[in-house]
Amino acid sequence: MTIREIQEALDAQFLYGEELAELDADFVFSADMMSDVLAFGSKCSVLMTGLCNPQVVRTAEMLDIVCIIFVRGKMPDEHMLTLAMDKGIAILATEHYMFTACGILYEHGLRGGA
Amino acid sequence: MSDQLIFTYVIDGDDFTRAGEASSSVKNKLKMIGVDSDVIRRVAIAMYEGEINMVIHANGGVITVTISDTDITMVLADSGPGIPDIDKAMQEGYSTAREEVRSLGFGAGMGLPNMKRYTDEMHIDTVLGTGTTITMKVNL
Repeated sequence: MTIREIQEALDAQFLYGEELAELDADFVFSADMMSDVLAFGSKCSVLMTGLCNPQVVRTAEMLDIVCIIFVRGKMPDEHMLTLAMDKGIAILATEHYMFTACGILYEHGLRGGA
Repeated sequence: MSDQLIFTYVIDGDDFTRAGEASSSVKNKLKMIGVDSDVIRRVAIAMYEGEINMVIHANGGVITVTISDTDITMVLADSGPGIPDIDKAMQEGYSTAREEVRSLGFGAGMGLPNMKRYTDEMHIDTVLGTGTTITMKVNL
């Protein structure tokens, strides 16, 4: 599934990285604890979270994640977006709650990697 | 003796938003010298966990990274409170982090276990009231 297809499926806004829209994503990790993302998300290319601080982008950077999806209407600030641009990580934001967003992506064939 | 590259970073303990800059810098350097991407990811995750720990628990510290022909060694030295019980600290889920730290997405008790998981060798040297030095090695 491409990042564009994820964006459309989740009715999400592209906050950064439309030029990355055709990148393929296979596994998604969803969590608000970055400690858990670092422990269990190393196979994943997409991070879905309701946590909104610069360490979310840093965590994604360390794991080579290509796209972060913020759920529950969370909006990253300018500093976070600048960091994402610097690291080449696409940023999406959706109004869906995390459970719903996970369900939609699962229905579209994405998996959690474990 | 073969050449080594050595990088030193001073970690600011007061600014959580900047935590991770040193790990990011090391990741970029390893990419530039063409290190295998899986090795880079393991080094980056282990060092980032250590860097976050330094900010959360020890008010910062110094990280020295040495790249040789055979391995990447990270030495993280702080002057924090020390670790009272290393066996407990190595258990997944055990954390002494403040609630405020959890609200930032860390302090789930995964830091030290993760550092061990992603490295080939890890050694903790800690003295209560004096500080902690963690040495981690990832083989090339």
